[in-house]
Amino acid sequence: MKIYGVALLAACFLVGKLLGNLLGKLININSDIGGVGFAMILLIASSIYLRKKGWLVPETEKGILFWSSMYIPIIVAMAATLNVKAAVSGGFVAVVAGIVTTFACMMLLPVLSKIGKNDTSPKN
Amino acid sequence: MEIIDKVIAKNGLIFAFLFVGFVMLFSFLISKKLLRNKIPGVAIAILIGLALAFTGNKKGMADIPLFAGMAILGGSMFRDFAVVATAMSADISKIKQAGLAGIISLFIGVTVTFSLGATIAYFMGYTDAVSMTTIAAGAGTYIVGPVTGTALGASSDVIAISVATGVIKTIFTTIITPVIAKRIKLDNPHAAVVFGGLIGTTSGVVAGLAATDEKLVPYGALTATFYTGVGCLLYPSVFYLILKFFGF
Repeated sequence: MKIYGVALLAACFLVGKLLGNLLGKLININSDIGGVGFAMILLIASSIYLRKKGWLVPETEKGILFWSSMYIPIIVAMAATLNVKAAVSGGFVAVVAGIVTTFACMMLLPVLSKIGKNDTSPKN
Repeated sequence: MEIIDKVIAKNGLIFAFLFVGFVMLFSFLISKKLLRNKIPGVAIAILIGLALAFTGNKKGMADIPLFAGMAILGGSMFRDFAVVATAMSADISKIKQAGLAGIISLFIGVTVTFSLGATIAYFMGYTDAVSMTTIAAGAGTYIVGPVTGTALGASSDVIAISVATGVIKTIFTTIITPVIAKRIKLDNPHAAVVFGGLIGTTSGVVAGLAATDEKLVPYGALTATFYTGVGCLLYPSVFYLILKFFGF
């Protein structure tokens, strides 16, 4: 049943968020640190395990894939609910700082992508 | 008319599904018929979304009661849920291979952003360590900004600037990623992992990658989601002390 997939996704999501918030608490920042990242790793790990066991049937998987295909519409809705007016009126500093720093980091991508790239066999 | 308003007000999220569906349909039609797929439909849809956000204030178009449901659909709960779901199509071996590069890029991204952000703030008249750190933190993400500002006791207008800086970053990343993707070789999972770590604004990275190549989204999201954490950790402590050390 599809709901099994959705439930598995929900379980990974909640455990991941919990871990993220616990990590935040641990280092005294009251926010979620990497919750989505933990949840993604959990989902990948559990789907590999369940597939090996033969429990992850295509019908279950469809429940997860539906939500995966929903993220673009969700991102469009998110874009439509950003505080763009404040961003534009935040002044010149905000525009310059936001754009220059982002652009500089983007330009570093070709250099940093090389790390660990050409290793066909893992080191050590 | 009154009945229509009532039905929509009571079913805001459902109306948002319908509305976004129309925006998507419209965007893909424009992409296909008018632009011959030169600009992906997803990119057009996101741009329309950003343009629609100008109709409101704090919550974008969701400030209009009719579109209040957009804030639920586009809120962090649904966004994170859907982004986690994309992990299903991620290749674990590619993540492992890019793991080290991803972690390094996180720290380089945060450090470069801090150095440049603080320098820009300084030259634009914000010369005290607290303001410089807070504005630079906003250039990290719009969450790191206020968290840092609050921790350091920055004034509310400086915190507002830091949030604005973060939102500008998100919008800029969304628009510019598909444009320069080819030039910075952002066309494989490995580069996407590094990109997520360097840029860090999860919403911007996810939206930008979606407009570039949907397959790259889970890889970028994975590292980007740790950026805010690393930022919240380093800005109010290490980075602030560095500025203090240099006598600001």
